[in-house]
Order: sequence, then C-alpha cells, then structure tokens
Amino acid sequence: MKPAAEEIWDWLDAVPDPEIPVISVVDLGIVREVNWDGDTLEVAVTPTYSGCPATSVISMDIETALHDRGIRDVRIKTQISPPWTTDWLSEKGRAKLMDYGIAPPRAAGGPDCCPRCKSTNVTRISQFGSTPCKAQWRCADCLEPFDYFKCI
Amino acid sequence: MAQVDQAQLFEFLCRMGDNTLVLGHRVSEWCGLAPVLEEDIALANTALDLIGQTQMWLGLAGEVEGKGRSADDLAMLRDVWDFRNVLLVEQPNGDFGQTMMRQFLFDAWHLAVLTALAESSNDRIAAIAAKAVKEVQYHVERSGDTVIGLGDGTSESHQRMQKALNLLWPYVGEMFVTDAVDDAMAKAGIAPDLATLRAAFDTHVGGILTEATLTIPDGKFTHKGGKTGFQHSEHLGHMLTQMQWLQRAYPGATW
Ligand SMILES: [Zn+2]
Repeated sequence: MKPAAEEIWDWLDAVPDPEIPVISVVDLGIVREVNWDGDTLEVAVTPTYSGCPATSVISMDIETALHDRGIRDVRIKTQISPPWTTDWLSEKGRAKLMDYGIAPPRAAGGPDCCPRCKSTNVTRISQFGSTPCKAQWRCADCLEPFDYFKCI
Repeated sequence: MAQVDQAQLFEFLCRMGDNTLVLGHRVSEWCGLAPVLEEDIALANTALDLIGQTQMWLGLAGEVEGKGRSADDLAMLRDVWDFRNVLLVEQPNGDFGQTMMRQFLFDAWHLAVLTALAESSNDRIAAIAAKAVKEVQYHVERSGDTVIGLGDGTSESHQRMQKALNLLWPYVGEMFVTDAVDDAMAKAGIAPDLATLRAAFDTHVGGILTEATLTIPDGKFTHKGGKTGFQHSEHLGHMLTQMQWLQRAYPGATW
C-alpha cells in the first residue's frame, strides 16, 4: 500500500536543511509537491539560490529519507518556476530560526530585532553572508554580529 | 511559443550563459584575497549566483542545440572563439575598485535585461530570468553602493574609481549593440530589443556615478567582438587556461 501524501509530508518535515539544520526542508518551503506517478513518488523541489551548493545535498537527503521509509522509486523534479521566495518559509521555521540566532526574513528588508538581546538597534554590515540566503547584521546594544535571512 | 531558428536561439542562450560564466569565474578569483572578510564573502556569493545562473542558461543551450552537450561540456570544453560573452566581463579584476566598477556596469545591464526576459514568450527563458533577477537585485544594490562609497570616498579611492571608469566605459556599448540574433529574438518576443533598454540604463548608471562624484569619459568609441565571437581580448584565453585546466588535463574527471 502506498503511503498517503500527508504522511510523506510529515516524513519530509523531519529532513533537516543541511546548512541550517534547525529547520526542515519543508519549513524552508522548497518542497513544492509530492505526487504518486504509478509506483514512483515524484517530489518537486525548488532551489533557493541558483548556485546554492546545498541544493544537490537536499535532493540526496530527501531521496535517502524516503528510501529509509520503504519508498523505492523516488524521482526528484527540480522546478524553478515560480521562483522560490522567503514567503514560503513556515511560521514554525521562522520561530526556529530566531531561536537559533538567525533573524527571519521580513518584507521591510531587515531584521525586526537582534536574535540574542531583542534590541531593535541593529545595523547592516553586508548584503551577503555565510550562505547565499543570508546577510550580516550587527546589534548596537549587545554588540554581537548576527545572520539575517534575506528576503527574496 | 513563437517559432525561432534554433541555431540563433542557441547563440542567444550562450551569450547569456557565457556572460555569467566568465564574470562568475573572474569574481571567484577574489576568493580569499579580498580587502576585508565581508567583501570576500560577498564576492564569493556573487560568483556563486552567477555560476548557478550559468548552469541554467548553458543547460538550456545544450538542450536547444540537441547534440547532447551538457552545461559543463559547454563551459569546460569550448575554446576562446566559441565564447559569446561581452568583452567587459572578461577584463581582468585589477584592484578592488576596478572589479566593483566592472560589476556595477554589468549588474545594471543584467538587471534591465533579466527584468525584460522574465516576460519572455519562451517559458523556459522567462523562468530562468525570474529566478536570476531576484539575485541580481542584490548584486546591483551592493555594487552601486560600493561605487558610491569609493567614488565619493578618499582622494585615493576617488582617483582609482575614476581610472576604472575611464578604462571600462568603452566596453559598455557592446552590451547594447544588436545583430541578426538579437533581432530574431526580439521579433519572436523572446528577448527585448536591447536598444530600448539604453535610456533607462543611462539614467540608472548616470545617477549612481553622479552620486559617486565620478565623470563619464567623453568619446563614443566602443570595444566590441566578444558577443559575436569575432574577436575576444587577449585576457579570455588566459582565463580559460585556469578555468578549464582540470577538464583539459584529466578529461571526464568527476567529483
Ligand atoms: Zn543584541
């Protein structure tokens, strides 16, 4: 018997993002569709950034997780349209990012507050950060630098 | 989807992909060498975006060509005369200021072209452009800010940025020169008529350069021959010896 899509989504929600392991690939919003095509499970994945080296690792991790659950035939379909947007990050994922020390994306273009001391007195250091999806910011109160998940 | 000559479409896609490939490689040459850590990271991320975009453009080019060549084959196994990038992007990095001036002039053009391509009559091209344009908005924000910061900075940084602009400005015209390939793409609604993008480019770039207290040099001379493959500058061949070294020395090597 083929597992239902809902159950598969739960399994995928346990696959961590390789670069920010506190959130899952489902939290990140890159898993777009899960469909059975005969006995093959097709998973549509939308890459975050064109050159993000994590994309191929993510596809591999998804395949491995599904194989471990007994699904033998998995096909990963890369879907670039519509392009990935940070609007697809789950609410759960946003909260986890904040706890982890990464300010979640905001339409305003910058973090709400410092993830450590919650001060709103923050300034940008650079539009780019340790991974393509992040920018570097600094808190003017606790003086700690922190990552901000860029809004795209 | 409008019908278009597939050889011309292949040519157009190579132009898009070779611009991002050559600039992406050039920018990656800074990795570990930039003046400060933040800039090193920003340059590496910009290079990464450009190489990622290359994979999509050249991947599609290979499909259109229909000879079984992958994006990697096109990137690593073609010679200088088969490259279709504009001459601007193959120019050497020079100092940090020159690298950022080259980046800004390309980014401003790239943003305008991708914005138009996102409305392409070809769905595949529209999808790649819609993805890439989001990344390029960040590129141009940073390169524009940096050009302003250094141009309107110290007398040393100002003088270096003016020198970079004088050197690179004659390469801008080639990005807007059109030929039969561009005309065919424009006619099929696949790509914009490049000439129509020039006025907005001049306003955008002119505004930033004025804020940077820099002066666009006089003269209409334009270096060209890169996007048609007619004549690249001497620099591209030297760059390819580095970029393609591994695949040339160990054909078929994989990770
Ligand atoms: Zn703080």
